[in-house]
Amino acid sequence: MSTTNQQSDAPHPGTAGAAPRRSRWGRRPADGTPAAAARARLRSRRRRRLGNVAGLLAGLILTGALYSALAPAHAADSSADADTESAVEAGEELYTRSCITCHGENLEGVNNRGPSLIGVGEAAVYFQVHTGRMPLVRQEADAPDKPVVFSDEEIDQLGAYIQANGGGPTLPSGDLRDGDLAEGGELFRLNCASCHNFVGQGGALSSGKAAPSLEASNDLEIYTAMLSGPENMPVFGDNQITPEEKRAIINYVQTIKGAGDPGGAGIGRLGPAPEGLVIWVVGVAATLFGVYWIGTKA
Amino acid sequence: MATATAPGAPRTALGKAAVELDERLIVAGPLRRTLHKVFPDHWSFLLGEIALYSFVVLLLTGTYLTFFFQGSMTEVVYEGSYAPLRGVEMSVAYASTLDLSFDVRGGLVVRQIHHWSALLFVAAIVVHLMRIFFTGAFRRPRETNWLIGIALLVLALVEGFAGYSMPDDLLSGTGLRIASAIMLAIPVVGTWVHFAVFGGDYVGELIVGRLYIAHVLLIPAIMLGLIALHLLILVKQKHTQFPGAGRTEHNVVGVRMFPTFAVKSTGLFFVVFAVCAALGGAVQINPVWLWGPYDPAKVSAASQPDWYIMFLDGSTRLFPAWDINLPGDYTIPALFWPTLVLPGIIFTLMALYPVLERVLTGDTASHHLLQRPRDVPVRTSLGAMSIAFYVVLLLSGANDVIAEKFDISLNAMTWAGRLGLILLPAAAYVLTYRVCLGLQKHDREVLEHGIETGVIRRLPNGEFIEVHQPLGPVDAHGHGQLAYGGAPVPKRMNQVGGARRAIRGFFTPIEEPIRVELEQREESRGLATAEEGGRELTSAGRPTEGGRPSEGGRPSEGGRPSEGGRPQEPRD
Repeated sequence: MSTTNQQSDAPHPGTAGAAPRRSRWGRRPADGTPAAAARARLRSRRRRRLGNVAGLLAGLILTGALYSALAPAHAADSSADADTESAVEAGEELYTRSCITCHGENLEGVNNRGPSLIGVGEAAVYFQVHTGRMPLVRQEADAPDKPVVFSDEEIDQLGAYIQANGGGPTLPSGDLRDGDLAEGGELFRLNCASCHNFVGQGGALSSGKAAPSLEASNDLEIYTAMLSGPENMPVFGDNQITPEEKRAIINYVQTIKGAGDPGGAGIGRLGPAPEGLVIWVVGVAATLFGVYWIGTKA
Repeated sequence: MATATAPGAPRTALGKAAVELDERLIVAGPLRRTLHKVFPDHWSFLLGEIALYSFVVLLLTGTYLTFFFQGSMTEVVYEGSYAPLRGVEMSVAYASTLDLSFDVRGGLVVRQIHHWSALLFVAAIVVHLMRIFFTGAFRRPRETNWLIGIALLVLALVEGFAGYSMPDDLLSGTGLRIASAIMLAIPVVGTWVHFAVFGGDYVGELIVGRLYIAHVLLIPAIMLGLIALHLLILVKQKHTQFPGAGRTEHNVVGVRMFPTFAVKSTGLFFVVFAVCAALGGAVQINPVWLWGPYDPAKVSAASQPDWYIMFLDGSTRLFPAWDINLPGDYTIPALFWPTLVLPGIIFTLMALYPVLERVLTGDTASHHLLQRPRDVPVRTSLGAMSIAFYVVLLLSGANDVIAEKFDISLNAMTWAGRLGLILLPAAAYVLTYRVCLGLQKHDREVLEHGIETGVIRRLPNGEFIEVHQPLGPVDAHGHGQLAYGGAPVPKRMNQVGGARRAIRGFFTPIEEPIRVELEQREESRGLATAEEGGRELTSAGRPTEGGRPSEGGRPSEGGRPSEGGRPQEPRD
């Protein structure tokens, strides 16, 4: 800490680079003046400070080198354990602050408020928290996605905590779009389109529930949703849709989302409903205008 | 004419050629009659032409599409240029639609123009139908043309359904599955009908080919014939027209076919083509590549038919799931009522409406003058009621999309539709009826008391009176003596020359205001001008017995379709 303070303080009285620049403008006072004496004092103080910093750095480096040389061989592992432990602790901290009201002291859930989180795994945590669905604002038909509340680090910590207490599906690794595009399309239409629509535009379910649009979903959210089956969505376990197939589905969804509309304005890619709106609001209106224009001319 | 020496014989080469032609074909007479045919000059008479011209656009673009589309259900593996479907098994119909969209030059834009003009075609028919209905143009002697129009509407719906079902994509296949279910829902003969249409169980291997031939040959040929008949009957019976100066039951006031109307009509053709082309070029329609190939195991959320079939989807969504189980393993599925009985009732009532009105009102006379909707409150209200009923069904057809987009519960949408289907038409009827009476009353009030000039005069005794401009001669009490003639009544001073008329020009003024001002000043002011204006805009300017206008405003009289707005021979 002290070193950084020293360094950040240093430029203030005028850095070494700044002094000659001043001289170029001819404003540097002659030697022997009180100003020059002051500058000399300043310079010596700076030199002293730099010396201190160098000494401190040398000491630290030496200590570090000695430690790494002398420390036990499994030091790295235990530090990872310590990391996980600290993440779990931090996660618990976050949990008791934001989640405990509905999910209970021991993740067992609270009747009529929130389900048990034992065994849901970090995949469910990632999906629910990263889409902003959790923490919930109020109980309603389904949890809407909102701006995310926790940082990615905090989400990892929460995930670690939930994972540490009951296990469950974990986050995948690697390229989540590493799958066959056409196969992904077929699987998407077979398994997902009935609620999320052909192109992932989303759809209404019963009693105010809805399958959300996949417009804003990232790869990991889609993957963890399939893995954890949030809310009304069924769980698509790895023995039902293999990890490769999941990646194919994600590849398809994201490719289709990114692809442009060759036919012009996409009008929501929802087919006949917006098309019907357009033909009446634009097509019929324009031709009626034409008819009125031509028809009222003498 | 036949001999060169006859007086008035043509001397130019073109004229001589025309004579030669006429000697052989004898066309001069009919051609002259045709070219001189008079079209009424009201803009609403062009509504049917939007439909006609979108049909022309459909024929042109559809012909191009047939060069590339293959109506076959043979399974192939797609290897075209659309990557997300490469390697997927699909029917030749779907694959050729993809090729048409991605690999044929201009294929996608022509496909889109075709689809947009199909939507416009049906929409234009509906708008045209509303104009015919609300103005009473279907009355004797035009019931036949009304029937042909209804037949054309129904055929347009079938044609459209066949058209968008042909590509064999997941969306249209879902629609076809529903159509198959509807056929199966017909009591007694349903199964046989289904087997006849599909050549077996759903989906079979025939249906796309059959839809194709129906779509490109069978139905268009019938429609073309009916359109020709529709127009021939129109020419034979002549147009109706709105009542107005010089317009009677025995003439048609307007512009001749040639040259004025021909130019207007050609212009309209280009407007319609431009709108279709602009939509086809700028707005994506039915992106079948996103829907994927049809597979009976798959169905997507937000599957709707095109807008003109959507009312049937809506009725299906709203109707309760009431299967009727009869003894002996017979069932009448719930689907039967909203998809067969309801449209059956709707289209039968529509087709029979002219007859029903004739019977119920006892008005069996021939009519060539139209009625203003306000003058026939019952019919207008029935029309508004039907529109409300239809719009509820239409919106319910997309109720899942509306629910999702506006964050409304789908169940709430369904119940709103069910209640709306019963309540809104009634509300529309009452509201329209009151609006019609109010408008009638105001017309008669202006005829009786004159136009509000906006001038308040203070009399010497301190009393304030509002100055009205009478539209014609007044009786001893200062009440106007003009009868209501079923034509628009001027309600602002500038319509009767009391103030400068509006500057002409649609987008920008095409005349200088000062010139209009001067031109108007040259005309004499006062009653003479007002009278002229009144004569111009009511049919006869004929004074009738005092009190007639207010009597005519009674709902009991004005409410009967035959009564209000009859321009001639008031019954009392």
